[in-house]
Parts: sequence; C-alpha cells; structure tokens
Amino acid sequence: MGGDGAGAGRVGLTPAAEDLVRRLTGLHGPLMFHQSGGCCDGSSPMCYPAGEFRTGAADVRLGALRVPGVAEPVEVWMSAAQFAYWRHTHLTIDVVPGRGSGFSVEAPEGVRFLIRSRLLTGEELDALGG
Amino acid sequence: MTVYANPGTPGSVVGFRSRYDHFIGGEYSPPAKGGYFENPTPVTGRVFTEVARGTAEDVDRAVRAAQGAAPAWGAASPAERALVLNRIADRIEENLERLAVAETWENGKPVRESLAADLPLAVDHFRYFAGALRAQEGHISQIDADTVAYHFTEPLGVVGQIIPWNFPLLMATWKLAPALAAGNAVVLKPAEQTPASIHVLLELIADLLPPGVLNVVNGFGVEAGKPLAQHSGIRKIAFTGETTTGRLIMQYASENLIPVTLELGGKSPNVFFSDVADARDAFYDKALEGFALFALNSGEVCTCPSRALIQADIYDDFLGAALERVAAIRAGNPLDTDTMLGAQASNDQLEKILSYIDIGRQEGARVAAGGGRLELDGDLSGGYYVQPTVFEGHNKLRIFQEEIFGPVVAVTRFGDYADAVKIANDTLYGLGAGVWSRSGRLAYRAGRDIQAGRVWVNNYHAYPAHAAFGGYKQSGIGRENHQMMLDHYQQTKNLLVSYSDAALGLF
Repeated sequence: MGGDGAGAGRVGLTPAAEDLVRRLTGLHGPLMFHQSGGCCDGSSPMCYPAGEFRTGAADVRLGALRVPGVAEPVEVWMSAAQFAYWRHTHLTIDVVPGRGSGFSVEAPEGVRFLIRSRLLTGEELDALGG
Repeated sequence: MTVYANPGTPGSVVGFRSRYDHFIGGEYSPPAKGGYFENPTPVTGRVFTEVARGTAEDVDRAVRAAQGAAPAWGAASPAERALVLNRIADRIEENLERLAVAETWENGKPVRESLAADLPLAVDHFRYFAGALRAQEGHISQIDADTVAYHFTEPLGVVGQIIPWNFPLLMATWKLAPALAAGNAVVLKPAEQTPASIHVLLELIADLLPPGVLNVVNGFGVEAGKPLAQHSGIRKIAFTGETTTGRLIMQYASENLIPVTLELGGKSPNVFFSDVADARDAFYDKALEGFALFALNSGEVCTCPSRALIQADIYDDFLGAALERVAAIRAGNPLDTDTMLGAQASNDQLEKILSYIDIGRQEGARVAAGGGRLELDGDLSGGYYVQPTVFEGHNKLRIFQEEIFGPVVAVTRFGDYADAVKIANDTLYGLGAGVWSRSGRLAYRAGRDIQAGRVWVNNYHAYPAHAAFGGYKQSGIGRENHQMMLDHYQQTKNLLVSYSDAALGLF
C-alpha cells in the first residue's frame, strides 16, 4: 500500500481494497481511480479500466499505488478544484458491502469502494509540499 | 397514525413480483445473458425481489425498439401525446397509496413523504407537461417582405436517461414527462440501488403507451449505463448523479456528438439573516422548520440544505431553537406515517455518511446533535439508519464542502451581508440555496448574489413543475422542470421560405 514513490503519501488502500483491486485487475486489466464529488454516489472513489476516464489539466494525481500481485501502478486522481478542499487530508480507499452506482467496475461484485480520511500531520504536509 | 404492512405480507397495499425482467418494446423479456441481481429493502436490509442484470445486448435491443417507435410517437399530435400523459397521471393518482408504499419499501424514505410529495408531484409533472405541450408554439421571423423563417420544434428521436436512487419514481418522472411530451422515445436505466418501484408503475401504465416509446433496462452502471451512454442510436443522454460519472458521460457523449443534461448535486447554503429573529411568530417558526429540512428524504436530496449559515447576533438563540426541532425529529419505521426520518437507501450510503461524521470529528467540528448510526429494534435492526446530525464548524472543513447525502447539517456563523455571500459561494457547487429574511430587499439581493440555479427565498424544498431546476458551477449542465424542458428534448427546424419570384441575379 505504497504512495507515489518514497516518503509520505496522500492516498493508500486497505488490505481488503488491495484484494479487490487484484481481483478486478484480473477481470478488467490495469485500473485507475478518480475521486468523485457531488450527489448520490458522489464523494466515492470511482474505479475504471486505466485510461477509460480522460484526465486532463483540471485533475491532480494523488498517487500511483503499488499493489502486490498487480503489475501496473494504480493511479488515483481527483479534480484540481476538489483537491483544493481535500489537500489537508490523507485518503484510504476501503471496500464495504453495497451497491454503488456510477460506472465503477466493482459494483456488480456487490461491494463498493469507500474513502476513509484522516488529517495529514504537519510533517506529512511539509513532506508533500502542503 | 397508520403503519403500512410490509409489502408482500398480508394486508399490504402492494406486492412486488419475485423477479423483474427488462421492459422492451412494450413487453417484458429476460436479459440476454440471463443474469439477475438481488434487490434489498433498506427498511430491513432483506432482499425482496431480483432484477434483470442488463448488458450491452439488452441496451441495444431497447434502443432498436425505441427507434422503431419514435417516428410515429413524434408524429402524433400534441393533443394525442398530452392525453397519454394525462392518463398516466390519472393512473398514478388512482394508485397513489400503492406506489407510495412501494417507493418507501424500495428507497427507505418515510411514507408520509412518498404520500405527500413524491407521488403527488409525479402526478402533477405529467399533467404539467401535458399542458405545456398543448400550449407550445413555434416562432416565425419575418426576414423581409417576401421571406419568412419558420421555427418548428421537432423531437430528438431516442433519448437515454439514467435515473438516481434518491427519488426513484419522481426523478424518473422529471426526465420522462418532458421527453415523452416532446415526442421522443426513451430508454431508461433506473439506479441499481432502486430498480424495482419503476416496475410497479410500469404495470399500471404500460397499456397507455405505444410499444417501444418507453423502454426500461435494469442493471449496473458499468454494464448497462455505460453502453446506453455510448450507444450511437441515442440523440441525447440525461443523467443525475455525481461529478466523475458526469464527466465520463460527457466524454461518451462527445464520441457521438450528442447533448447531455447533467444534474450533479450541490452543497447548498441555507442562510438565516438576523431579522428572522425579530419576532417569535409564525415566520420564525417557518424558518426553524426550514433549518430542519436537511432531514427531508433522510438528507438524500441533491439540494439538501446541508450548510446552515446563521448571522452571528442570533446564532446562539436560533441554533438553540433549531436543535429543539431536530431533537423532535421522529426516526423509525419508514412505513409508519408518523415517522419523519427513515432509512438511508443502501449500506454503502450508510457507511459513507458515517465516514463523513468521522472526518468531521477529526477536523474539530463540534457535534451538537446526533453523530452516529441509529440502532433500531426487531425487523428494522438490519436496516440503514442514521441519527439526524448537526455539526458546528467553519466552511473550510470537508463536511462543509462535500455532499454527504445524509441527515447531516454543518452550521457556521457569518458577520455581515458580504460575509454571508462569500461563505455561501465558497463551494464548488451551485445547485440550491435558501435565504431567510423579513426584508424583501435583503432577500432579493442575496438571492441574486448567491451563485446557484435555485434560490428558495423564505421557503425550501419546494419542487413545483413550473419552476426551472438546475445547477451553476460544478452542479451540472442544463435544467429540469418548467416548460423550457420541452426545448431541451427537442431540436429546432428552421424552414427559410421565399415567397418572391425574383432571382438573386448572381448566376
């Protein structure tokens, strides 16, 4: 559950989420996440085949996660505007039973990725450049 | 007080079938790949039916059925189409209790809301668009003495609609009524959390619509929603949901060069100016209710007044009285007509709300009420219930910036008018807002200065058909409701006609 290279990270995966990423990679190939905002299933991390969702200048890459047993790093993205309000928190992608909507690939498995958050410490924020 | 019997038990006003297939071309047919998924009720957490797990093959069949039906439906006279919409409204009205209980069982919302709001509004929206269609006129422009530009409205053809789970029947109606009135055929995908109540409605109205005009394909977003949004046979896609999926739908729509309507939620400020507390009268009472409306529909409303901004000089008194209102919210069995706060729509929604309550506490917000899961007894112990929760904090906290979609309000204070508008607009979103003041001038100014598509002034959570609804900023693109929706589901045909015999003289 590494971050983007060495040192402090902004995002990670729980062991249960890593297991699910491994399973979903077998079904869909390399994966990516984009953190959503807004209503209904907003504020949930959406998981897509890598490249399915077009990221661009309006997005920030929070990390590229190394998952044991998965060849490609799993990139995690968020819109830059949303990041401005989220940047002081560390995100852990977890998984719960449920039936998330949107086009996230895990929904048919009867589970849903979920974000758990904690405040980044002063040292972590310094290391991440604020 | 009435407690409706659980659907499927003796004495219930509604029963669900044990399985629902796709509704394509006017009849039910099984999914191409043969898969079904279980549908639990959030009231108890137990499965009550299973629903077809649609895939690209089913979507393709539905789009073809719609393409077959669209020309005749689009050519039907406005009077004919309006009559069908009026008959649909009548059927819903005649079966209102049945549909309301079905909707509550499906979504978990208090039945008093389904009875008083969701279903009566659905009835009214169908009637409204029947009337709006009858009254619609094209335009004529006189270019010169012998040249006239006629502007006709023509349907788009086949449109795709992806429905959210918070108001399964009413949100389907918001999209269906204008699209059908405008002469389109529809392929509709309900949310996978709430796939069944639309079928209770379909059973009541299927005979009123020509086969293929309305097609319903159930399934998961990635398996059924995506192929619908990507299908080259649709001429528009409408979606209510969140920002990432909204962007993805725009991306798919760009591949086919079709328009989108997107309704993507908000973080709506509810602003209470000092003069609200000038008297302890009926208006003050109304404003306190306006505060407590964050709990409507268990907070699962895109326009939930989830940020309360209270002017500093009345903050303590007003919040104190508001907390008494919140303490009086009666949570419990959604099928009890006395229940004011029901279940959240799904387990993952419950988990998400609890994760926000957690980060709110970590960020230092004060819990003034609630703050946890609501444990109920007996049958309801497996359901998804949350205490009505009030946080105090400041606008930079994540609980002030993200749509929690639960019965959770984040409260802060403001100093003067400029401060109020600044805080209200310090958000990525701009869907709804509330302004409360005894001063018409102040309320007008605030209503114009707040960047949101719908600002309620001295009221909240009213959704009449004849008022446009939609978002500023990242809350979406386009509008719903109001007769302008006919335009959103039509295209303009311009006939540029010369009545002159004179040649141009160029060739």
